Amino acid sequence: MRTYEVTFIVDPVLATEEIKTTAQNYVDHLKSEKCEIVHLDDMGLRQLAYPINKRSTGAYYSLEFKSESGDIVKKLELAMKRDERVIRHLVVKLEKFAIQYNDDKRNGRIGRTLPKEEFEEPVAVAAPRPSVSATTEEE
Amino acid sequence: MAKRDDIKFLSNPNIGQSKKKYCRFKKYGIKHIDYKDADFLKKFLNEQGKILPRRITGNSLKYQRQLAVAVKRARHLAILPYVTDLLK
Repeated sequence: MRTYEVTFIVDPVLATEEIKTTAQNYVDHLKSEKCEIVHLDDMGLRQLAYPINKRSTGAYYSLEFKSESGDIVKKLELAMKRDERVIRHLVVKLEKFAIQYNDDKRNGRIGRTLPKEEFEEPVAVAAPRPSVSATTEEE
Repeated sequence: MAKRDDIKFLSNPNIGQSKKKYCRFKKYGIKHIDYKDADFLKKFLNEQGKILPRRITGNSLKYQRQLAVAVKRARHLAILPYVTDLLK
């Protein structure tokens, strides 16, 4: 069982509902391929750092899923490539630290609220880590 | 005889005695670098959006490599720019 994460950008010109159905399509597609969906993160409409297909914004989605075999990745990438609603996509395999990071982030254990003052200051991600690992061990 | 304290330096003698650099990933126990976190990645870029070298940031090789991958992924997804001026 491997965990993958696919991040994709949906064309913002589409209607809000259409954007949502696009994301839902891929969730259903993966479910039909016997994948376990861990989480679908709607990152919202964001400014692109550079224009893609003459669009300056994009609706970002991040989908984490588990799959028994890696064949699904090729199928998914092909589907995304052919889909005109998706303007950019990236599939990555998650290692154990990444899985934990995503899990912590979802449960709000990663202190994004920590003050980010100086360059030298502990990076926001850092501080709550040790306690996190401690609690998970107890469970 | 002039004492040691009386000597006036023309330049600040403390210049050049900078603190030792360290790898912040090791120090704060960051195990994973998220490519979707633009604000965090920007700390390791210069104004043109280039990745800063290890000799400046003090990252260990292991995390510098992971960082480079994370930055490149972010660029692909238009979270970070490939080329720019005045990133900060």
